[in-house]
Amino acid sequence: MLSQSTLLTIVLAPLIAAILAGLAGRVIGHVGAHCVTIAGVAISFGLSLWVLKQLLVDGVPAFNQGVYTWLVSDGIHMEVGFLVDRLSALMMVVVTFVSLCVHVYTVGYMHDDPGYQRFFAYISLFTFSMLMLVMSNNFLQLFFGWEAVGVVSYLLIGFWYTRPSAIFANLKAFLVNRVGDFGFVLGIAGIVYYTGSLDYATVFQLRDTITSNTLQIIPGTDWQAITVICICLFIGAMGKSAQMPLHVWLPDSMEGPTPISALIHAATMVTAGIFMVARMSPLFELSQTALSTVLIVGATTAFFMGLLGLVNNDIKRVVAYSTLSQLGYMTVALGVSAYSGAIFHLMTHAFFKALLFLAAGSVIIAMHHEQDMRKMGGLKKYLPITYWTSLIGSLALIGFPGTSGFFSKDALIEAVQVSHTPGHVYAYWCVFLGVFVTAFYSFRLVFMTFHGPERFGQAAAHGHDDTHGDAHGSRTHDDHAQDEHGHDGHHGTPHESPWVVTLPLILLAIPSLFIGWFTIGPVLFGDYFNGAIFVTGQHNVLGHIGEEFHGPWSFLVHAMMQAPVYLALAGVLAAWFLYIKRPDLPGVIATKFSWVYKLLVNKFYFDEIYQAVFAAGSRNLGTALWRVGDVALIDGAFVNGSARLVGWFSGVLRRLQSGFLYHYAFAMIIGLSVLLAWYVLR
Amino acid sequence: MIPLESVLLLGGVLFALSVAGIFLNRKNVILLLMCIELMLLAVNFNFVAFARQLGDLDGQIFVFFIMTVAAAEAAIGLAILVVLFRERSSINVEELDSMKG
Repeated sequence: MLSQSTLLTIVLAPLIAAILAGLAGRVIGHVGAHCVTIAGVAISFGLSLWVLKQLLVDGVPAFNQGVYTWLVSDGIHMEVGFLVDRLSALMMVVVTFVSLCVHVYTVGYMHDDPGYQRFFAYISLFTFSMLMLVMSNNFLQLFFGWEAVGVVSYLLIGFWYTRPSAIFANLKAFLVNRVGDFGFVLGIAGIVYYTGSLDYATVFQLRDTITSNTLQIIPGTDWQAITVICICLFIGAMGKSAQMPLHVWLPDSMEGPTPISALIHAATMVTAGIFMVARMSPLFELSQTALSTVLIVGATTAFFMGLLGLVNNDIKRVVAYSTLSQLGYMTVALGVSAYSGAIFHLMTHAFFKALLFLAAGSVIIAMHHEQDMRKMGGLKKYLPITYWTSLIGSLALIGFPGTSGFFSKDALIEAVQVSHTPGHVYAYWCVFLGVFVTAFYSFRLVFMTFHGPERFGQAAAHGHDDTHGDAHGSRTHDDHAQDEHGHDGHHGTPHESPWVVTLPLILLAIPSLFIGWFTIGPVLFGDYFNGAIFVTGQHNVLGHIGEEFHGPWSFLVHAMMQAPVYLALAGVLAAWFLYIKRPDLPGVIATKFSWVYKLLVNKFYFDEIYQAVFAAGSRNLGTALWRVGDVALIDGAFVNGSARLVGWFSGVLRRLQSGFLYHYAFAMIIGLSVLLAWYVLR
Repeated sequence: MIPLESVLLLGGVLFALSVAGIFLNRKNVILLLMCIELMLLAVNFNFVAFARQLGDLDGQIFVFFIMTVAAAEAAIGLAILVVLFRERSSINVEELDSMKG
């Protein structure tokens, strides 16, 4: 039996650490801040591991009960409660492990930043919020965690708040997430409306009552209530997990410090949407339409966002686009009801994507906060640990046979292949071609950064200020850097980062390589998620594949006879050919297909369209409301208007008060005679 | 025997005269006071006329009250007038507009 106090400790340790580091940061200093927060997260990680072990090895039943009732309103219980089954335990371990690595890494990455304690407070607070999200047993707490991670993400993207680009980016992230949250809240409201409960277990029990209902959104059309609710919930997931068309905030969020890009915008927070849909699998299973929507959105994101990674030159942004694309893969898995596949890919992705980001951060430190890959190259011999770990990360990302990413991605593609969810053909081609794209941009990054000629001597030297930003978050960081910084000579050769930076890289590289071997059997095809994830019979694609699954080796051998592996190798070869063998070719191709290139460089013009339609539109609406509603109507007509009316009226009345006694007396007499006349004549 | 109408008519004429005096007078505050006295007297005429007509002495008694009040009012009014003249060196009604809004 899992004890309530263990779970409370897991959640509260990071919160207390965050409060200490945040409020008493000045007192406890740099060392105190990082000791406290690392200790907090380490406690959470240790206990999470213990919880997972209890659930897996000792076979204790899942914990599901309320801890504290906040209020009861009209029979709806709003409470803090924990549901810890194997799904949430897995998420807890992933979150706390990556968070722990990032905490340690931050000691090296942020060591001379003035906001050192603040940063630690934020990332610990984030860990707390994310744990609340994944451990929740009701929709209210889920929503609390959902919003709390959003707030922390906002705070961290704008961590360097003196940069206009960071402020632009965090506002953008916040606003785009609001769009998603709006759908999410509507979805929760729908669930409460039909079931009268916020509790997961109760809602899942009553799901048939939702199915039997229809509602009319547009008069005259009947909508399945379950479809509407699921799509609303998925809109929330689209915001948080950055699916098209709500993906625009994620690339810009790279304005934040690299550790949080790894923790929040790659490994954990952005996967909250995936987790949520997997958690809601009993509901999503009931709506074919919702699943199809999920599938198509995911597939579109997976392929088209990957394409953007091909042309970007900012090392972090390339990884960011790769994150978008991988999130698309997970969403596709959700769409074909392979929820375990999505969670499996989520887990492996968390490890190798955090690794890639942290490695990118290590490169950025070595390059003195230069992020443009065109100014790198040949770093392999200077940064051996970073090189090898990021190579491992990239191999895992492209699904090189044997790495963790291979198992998750290959299973995922196969699941799409055997699925019959409407839209599966389109999705299959998207994820299939996505493999090539992924391999190409990943190794483009590796080759441009670590191989080839050293380009950093030429136009390098940026100093440590790290404050160059541009007013437009949409522009890449480096255009600007070129304008502003000339060349100066004090740029030494890059050197490997300190151990606090490389240790997390190594720690993350281990699961990136090996975790697939141990987990694919139970997680994907076994009964790991029994009771946590629900799949109806005809959707059970993983069960279908699982019939032919005989251990990871045979899976590997089987996959070697399939196209995706070779497609990935082709991608690597293409990247090698274009960026090592013939570095002149990419430029030629870019000019040949200039319209494609332009389209990609401008990210399919999503930012421009949003900027022109939504941002400008709402600004214009605001201006109009201000001019007409506020200035003209309220200020003009109501406030100043009534004052003017009184003024005018009193001006008229003042004429009557001449000050002459005889006028007053006359008025009295007139009044008297009028009264008398009325009295006599009435 | 003087008919009631004649007495009432006299009262009305006196009252109208005094109202006209108040309204037309632009020069002198004393004239104003006199007009007010005249107004009260005009009202007294009515009282007396009706008292006699109705054979009720209450009206005539009321006249004494009114005359007392009128005398007091004249005393106070003249006193104010004296102070006013000391203050302003003028009793011109045209200049007395400090109550203007």
